[in-house]
Amino acid sequence: MWSISKIASLVHEWLSNTFSATWVTVFEMVIAGVLVISLFAVLGLILVMMERKVSAWIQIRLGPNRVGPKGMFQSAADTVKLLVKEGMTPNGADKLLFNVAPFLAIVVSMLLMAPLAFAKDFTLWDINIGVLYVSAISSVSVISILMAGWASNNKYSLMGAMRSGAQIVSYELSAGLSIMAIVVLTGSLNFNDIILSQADGWWIFKGHLPIWIAFIVFLIAVTAETNRAPFDLAEAESELTAGFHTEYSGMKFALFFLAEYVNVFIVCAIGATLFLGGWMPFHIGHWDGFNHIMDFIPSSLWFFGKTFFLIFLIMWFRWSFPRLRIDQLLNLEWKYLLPISMVNILLVTAMAILKWHF
Amino acid sequence: MYLVNYIKEVLSALRSLLIGMRRTLFYFTHHKEIITEQYPDNRATLKLADRFKGEVVMPHNENNEHRCTGCTACELACPNGTIKVITKFDITPEGKKKKAIDKLVYHLELCTMCNLCVYACPSDAIKMAQTFEHSVFDRNQLTKVLNFPDSKIMDGVE
Ligand code: SF4
Ligand code: SF4
Repeated sequence: MWSISKIASLVHEWLSNTFSATWVTVFEMVIAGVLVISLFAVLGLILVMMERKVSAWIQIRLGPNRVGPKGMFQSAADTVKLLVKEGMTPNGADKLLFNVAPFLAIVVSMLLMAPLAFAKDFTLWDINIGVLYVSAISSVSVISILMAGWASNNKYSLMGAMRSGAQIVSYELSAGLSIMAIVVLTGSLNFNDIILSQADGWWIFKGHLPIWIAFIVFLIAVTAETNRAPFDLAEAESELTAGFHTEYSGMKFALFFLAEYVNVFIVCAIGATLFLGGWMPFHIGHWDGFNHIMDFIPSSLWFFGKTFFLIFLIMWFRWSFPRLRIDQLLNLEWKYLLPISMVNILLVTAMAILKWHF
Repeated sequence: MYLVNYIKEVLSALRSLLIGMRRTLFYFTHHKEIITEQYPDNRATLKLADRFKGEVVMPHNENNEHRCTGCTACELACPNGTIKVITKFDITPEGKKKKAIDKLVYHLELCTMCNLCVYACPSDAIKMAQTFEHSVFDRNQLTKVLNFPDSKIMDGVE
């Protein structure tokens, strides 16, 4: 049966037979880079379209319905529009930082893509500290936002950036702690090991209540970390025009926009990997027949299915809840999520030591 | 005790969030009743909300009569100086002078459709119409006279 990993190994074989080892590495890096960039473009198109349709349906509207069948090419048309727009740099702005910030945002999302396991035996970079790497790199994204806000020389941008700084720094803690819950149970920081440990059932089913709590805390924290409503104080268009990207236009704005959606995809992919078993098909304990049938669905489909389910959940949050105020936001983190996830990690540790999970 | 309250608080917060999410999920899964009006396409069958406010008009009955007494309450109520009431004095059959409107001038380009004039009018002489295709090439056309030519005040409206 054809699978992504099989195609990858065929390509590798062909390259190895044709070129010397150095060139094989170079070519494979180029191919990986091109694939990541095209995945970005496709994800941007799909997620923007999905968001607009989901929001429309939730608000009893029709959503985009003019370009292409049922408006499906609307986001492609928007991309063309953004491409031909002029990317302006305001006079009073710090030119270098202003122009670097959007690229930093997108580079951070690209780096986060590296350790994800998209399908069985298919990872760009299978490192043994994947989880640590992801939580370390994702905190760099705040720098791009601060950079954009500061360099714009605009009060709205700066306020948005400062809010976002406070927000990301604090929510990182509870996101990290809820990820830790899974790490404690599996005893590994490697994404593939974590997925393999869920072969007899995903952690969300095996882990009882503590993992449920960790999952909910994780969902809330990553919604905040990706700056999406109800935690979109960094943009808060009704208060701050557009927050940190007020001054951006054209393709530079599009890069921020794209980075936001790709970040949503990445955090959902991480959530799916940790709690819902990544590419691991739906297995129930030792029902081998059932498990075998589930194995026929390709692993990449499982991965993308779960990821998109989580993305839908996050979009659903966005269109259901009103935006929090900054003090409410920090209260939620420091008074509720952080204490809860600290107690929770104690519970999970006890559970792991006493082997209470399945 | 504190802890119990704390947990209660968290649970009730979660509960109310779930109630909200159930509502939006209901809308999401019941994609039947759509409030979007696809305007240029359905121009003939367009249905506007009752409270939609398009412009100020003065209704006249079939005898070309309106209810405006020329009291200028609407002019005073308008925050933008949109309405200008020009009054004149009619001679009643008994030979008495009576105040009446000559023209009620309405500057559509200044109007914010705030409805304050309609609230202020003591004799229900003006109301909000649902028209909204107001574009014209000449700005002068936006200055309208609301009472029809040769119109009179209705009998019995003081
Ligand atoms: S609707 Fe408001 S702005 Fe318009 S004429 Fe009446 S009072 Fe003035
Ligand atoms: S429209 Fe109403 S408020 Fe205005 S002058 Fe006439 S009667 Fe008075």
